[in-house]
Amino acid sequence: MLPIIFVLPIVQLVILSNAATFEVKNIKFGYIDNDHTSTSRALIEKFNASTYFNVLTDFSSERLASSEMLKGHVDVILEIPQYFERDFQKEKHSNLGVTINAIDGAAAGVENVYVTQIIQRFNQNIKIDVFQVSDKQIQPISIETIPLFWYNKTLNYKTFMVPGILVLLVTMITLFLSGMNIVREKEIGTLEQINVTPIKKSQFIIGKLFPFWVIGMGLLTVGLTLAKLIFNVPMIGSLPLLYLYTSIYILVILGIGLFISNFTDTQQQAMFIAWFFTVIFILMSGLFTPIESMPKWAQTITEFNPIKYFVEVMRMVMLKGANLSDITPMLIKTTLYAFIMNGLAVRSYKKTN
Amino acid sequence: MKNNKVIQVEGLTKIFGDFAAVNAITFEVNKGEIFGFLGANGAGKTTAMKMLIGISTPTSGKANVAGFDVHKHAEDIKKNIGYMSQKFALYDDLTVKENITFFGGIYGLSRKRIKEKSAVLIEELGLEKVANKLVGALPLGWKQKLSFSVALLHEPKIVFLDEPTGGVDPITRRQFWEMIYKAASEGTTVFVTTHYMDEAEYCDRVSIMVNGKIEALDTPKRLKEKFKVDHMNDVFLKLARG
Repeated sequence: MLPIIFVLPIVQLVILSNAATFEVKNIKFGYIDNDHTSTSRALIEKFNASTYFNVLTDFSSERLASSEMLKGHVDVILEIPQYFERDFQKEKHSNLGVTINAIDGAAAGVENVYVTQIIQRFNQNIKIDVFQVSDKQIQPISIETIPLFWYNKTLNYKTFMVPGILVLLVTMITLFLSGMNIVREKEIGTLEQINVTPIKKSQFIIGKLFPFWVIGMGLLTVGLTLAKLIFNVPMIGSLPLLYLYTSIYILVILGIGLFISNFTDTQQQAMFIAWFFTVIFILMSGLFTPIESMPKWAQTITEFNPIKYFVEVMRMVMLKGANLSDITPMLIKTTLYAFIMNGLAVRSYKKTN
Repeated sequence: MKNNKVIQVEGLTKIFGDFAAVNAITFEVNKGEIFGFLGANGAGKTTAMKMLIGISTPTSGKANVAGFDVHKHAEDIKKNIGYMSQKFALYDDLTVKENITFFGGIYGLSRKRIKEKSAVLIEELGLEKVANKLVGALPLGWKQKLSFSVALLHEPKIVFLDEPTGGVDPITRRQFWEMIYKAASEGTTVFVTTHYMDEAEYCDRVSIMVNGKIEALDTPKRLKEKFKVDHMNDVFLKLARG
C-alpha cells in the first residue's frame, strides 16, 4: 500500500503538470481567400508565421470550411472577401470575416485575441505602407502597452500549476485514506473490538490521524522535491512556513475524512461522499478557474473550501515569497477549520450505539 | 458490588423500530461462573451481550456489570471486561506480538507487563514459531485461541465470548474449553454464547433465549430433568420450537 500511496501521486504530478495547461496552442487554422492579392497573401503569411496557429488549410468555399469546422478539423476560419486589397487602398476600409469554434468558450476567447492581434499588427504595417510619408497627420496615434508579468515572469504555466497540483495530491490522498479508514474497521469488525476497550475517543482519533498526517507531510516533501528537480518551480518563500501551514491544513482534511468515515457504514458510501467533496473542493478552489470570476454565491461557498486556502498559500509562499504575516488570515481560518472538523470527528465517533 | 453477583440484569430491553430484539430479560451471573447464553440465531443473544459490554445502549431496563451501571458507566465496565466477538477481530495486518502489544497498550498495561504477558501467552498457545508472523496468515483455530488470550490480557473480571468456537475443529474446541475452565478457575467469570449443545453441558448454568426472552435458566442437569430429556440438545429443541 505504501508504495502505491507515494508512486501514483508522483506519476500524477509529472503527467498533470505537463498536460494541465491553459495556453491555447496548436490552433487549427483555415482560410478562404477570395481576393488572391499580395495584401491577402501577406495577411495569411502573418498567421502562418505565428507559433500559435498551425495546419493552414486553404478552403475554396465557405460551405466547405463550415463543414470542416463541424467535423472539428478546424478551429478558426478567416474569410478574406473579394476586392479586399482594392477596398483597403481606395476606401481605406475593408472587412474580414473570422469564424471561431466556440464550444470551448475560454479557448475561443483566447483565439479571438490572437486573431485580432495579428490583424491589428498587419493593419498598422499596411497603413504605413499605404499612406506613405505624405499623410503624416493621419498616422494612427497608437498607445502601446508593455505588460510586466510579476512573480512568474516567463508566464510559465508549470510554475503556476505545479504548486496547485501538489495541493490536490496531498489533499486527495489524505482525504481518501482517512475517509476509508474507520469505516474499513467497521467492515472487518476490529472497530467493535476497539469499542469494548476503555480507549478514549480523542486517543482513538489522534491514533487514526497521526499516521496519515505523516504520510501527508511525506507527500509534500516528495512533491516539492520533484517540483524543484523536474519543473524547476521557484521556492521564493520560507520552506518552514509552508510546512507549518501544511501541517495544520492536513489536519483539516483528515478531520473531514474521519468525519465521513464515522457517518458511513461501508467503504463504498465513504468513497462516494469523499469523491463528492473532492470534486467540489477542487473545482471551486481557484486552481483551474479564478475565484474572482465566479458568481457571488459561489464565492461565498469557496470561503468554506480548505483547498482554496492551501492553493493560495502554496502559490503565495512559493512564487511570491509571502511571509508569516501575509498568510496569517489563511492560517487562522485553517486552524479554526481544523479544530471544528476534528472536534466533529471526535464527537461523531460513538463507542456506544 | 453486592455479594458475589458480577452481572445483574433486570428487565433489559432493546427495541429496533417496533421490533423488540431483547424483551425484558432478567438474570444474574455469579463470580467465577461459566454462564452459557444460548438461543437460536436471531433470538437476541448478541444484542443482549452488546448491551452488557457497553457498546449498545438499552432502550429500557437495568443492568449492572462488574459493579457498574450500563447506562451511566459504560466506559468503566470496559476496563473490567474482556470481549471476543464471533467475527475474528484482531488486526490481520499486525503480527501476533504486535496485536498483543497493541491491545495491552490500550488497556494501560505497562511495557514490562506486556512483555511478560506476551511471552507467557505465546508459550502457552505454542505460537513461538509464528509470533512474528501476520495474524491474518494463521489458521482459524489458532486465531480464536489467540483472541481469547488477548481478551484475558488485562485480567478482566468478566470475559464475554460470542460464539467463540464457531467453525473450529473438535480438538481445538476441546482445547478452547480447557482454556475457559482455566480462566474460570482463576476467578474470571465467563459469559459465553454457543450453538453447540455439548458445550452447553460444560457450563455451570445456562439460559436459553427464544424470540428476545429468556425461556429457561438453570444448571444443565436440572434443565434436563425439568424437560425430562437426556441431552441439552433436546431441551433446546423443545424450547426453540415452542
